[in-house]
Amino acid sequence: MALKTVDARGRACPEPVLLTKKALQQSPEGVEVLVGNSTSRDNVRRFAESRGYKTQVKEQGEDFLLIITR
Amino acid sequence: MGSRKGMALAGAIVGALAVALVAFGNPVNMGICVVCFIRDTAGALGLHRAAAVQYIRPEIIGIALGAWLMSLKGGDFRVRGGSAPLTRFVLGFFVVIGALMFLGCPLRMILRLAGGDLTAIFGFLGFTAGILLGVAFLNGGFSLQRTYALPKTEGFVFPAIQAALLVLLVAAPAFIFFSPEGPGSLHAPLVVSLIAGLIVGGLAQRSRLCMVGGIRDLVLFKDAHLITGFAAIFIVALLGNLFTGNFKLGFSGQPVAHTDWLWNFLGMLLAGLGSVLLGGCPLRQIVLAAEGNIDSAVTFLGMVVGAAFAHNFGLAASGAGATANGKAATIVGLIVVAVIGLVNMERVQAGLKGEMSVGS
Repeated sequence: MALKTVDARGRACPEPVLLTKKALQQSPEGVEVLVGNSTSRDNVRRFAESRGYKTQVKEQGEDFLLIITR
Repeated sequence: MGSRKGMALAGAIVGALAVALVAFGNPVNMGICVVCFIRDTAGALGLHRAAAVQYIRPEIIGIALGAWLMSLKGGDFRVRGGSAPLTRFVLGFFVVIGALMFLGCPLRMILRLAGGDLTAIFGFLGFTAGILLGVAFLNGGFSLQRTYALPKTEGFVFPAIQAALLVLLVAAPAFIFFSPEGPGSLHAPLVVSLIAGLIVGGLAQRSRLCMVGGIRDLVLFKDAHLITGFAAIFIVALLGNLFTGNFKLGFSGQPVAHTDWLWNFLGMLLAGLGSVLLGGCPLRQIVLAAEGNIDSAVTFLGMVVGAAFAHNFGLAASGAGATANGKAATIVGLIVVAVIGLVNMERVQAGLKGEMSVGS
């Protein structure tokens, strides 16, 4: 099943992490999160890994797509 | 630098530089104070005429240019804006009103605590309360919405303004005001302040050091990453103050501080809440502006105007305590910032668009 994608591009701190947190509550198996800068990338990754998820980062032009899975 | 150790190191260096700047001539417990220094710069430009607090502070210029250079080097320079810029201007304005009621930005609050200034405890409690209130807004869906890409040239304006301030400082034309006495007259040599600022800016950009993010992330996500920097600043500044003889434990007679606990509390409550809604403390706003965030550059301008208002209308507190005007402005600020928090919550936004039926 395709993972749900959260578009957190351009959001100020701590919104990308909050959106990720909410999305993972709805879809505990995993989500994809699109962010627009390295700060959000690192914050979302740190959050996901602190909750025991694995993250994979793909660069998409100026943006980063984080694939968060169990 | 993205690691916990990197964050601790960045905080430790900022704490050490703050102590060193005092040793070199900055006011005590004011090695770095983003809000006070913005206020001094506003005064030097004649935007307010409080003769004791007028000086173009090279630390601010250094922080901005250091963060700018580091963001260019690391590929983090991205020009963007459009996330409620005018709302952010107002938030920046009132963060300064609150901080000048307390007499310090969140960074100086830590430095005051590290200098043994116990009146700052009330500021810290207010700051924490403001952050908790801000977290409640965030959990309720508060958002100033997203930014969008802007032309790259726009991103060079903020560093250019800082460079222009440096030119004015060095050239010192007659129309620039420099305090003959008072806190504005106390400063480290220009080159020392500028280099310290460049280092702080570079480190803050790399590590994403943020005073308001520490407590916020701890509450929201049980994430201790940012508070590590906050704690490192405190510990190193405390040790440094003990070593240099600038540690003086007590409530009364503290440098550039007052003992009015209620207004220390409420001032930092306003600064803390406003900073959470902005997504970062005043230091972080300068770093973001340098990275190309035009909304944060607008926030910076809001802080400059707030500082000018604070001294033009007697809103800023002094060693003698809070003023009646300052108390009124702080209350107004709390109301305005709370309204900004409420009207930008998801539910209210949806209601305004008519996407939600009444009573749901």
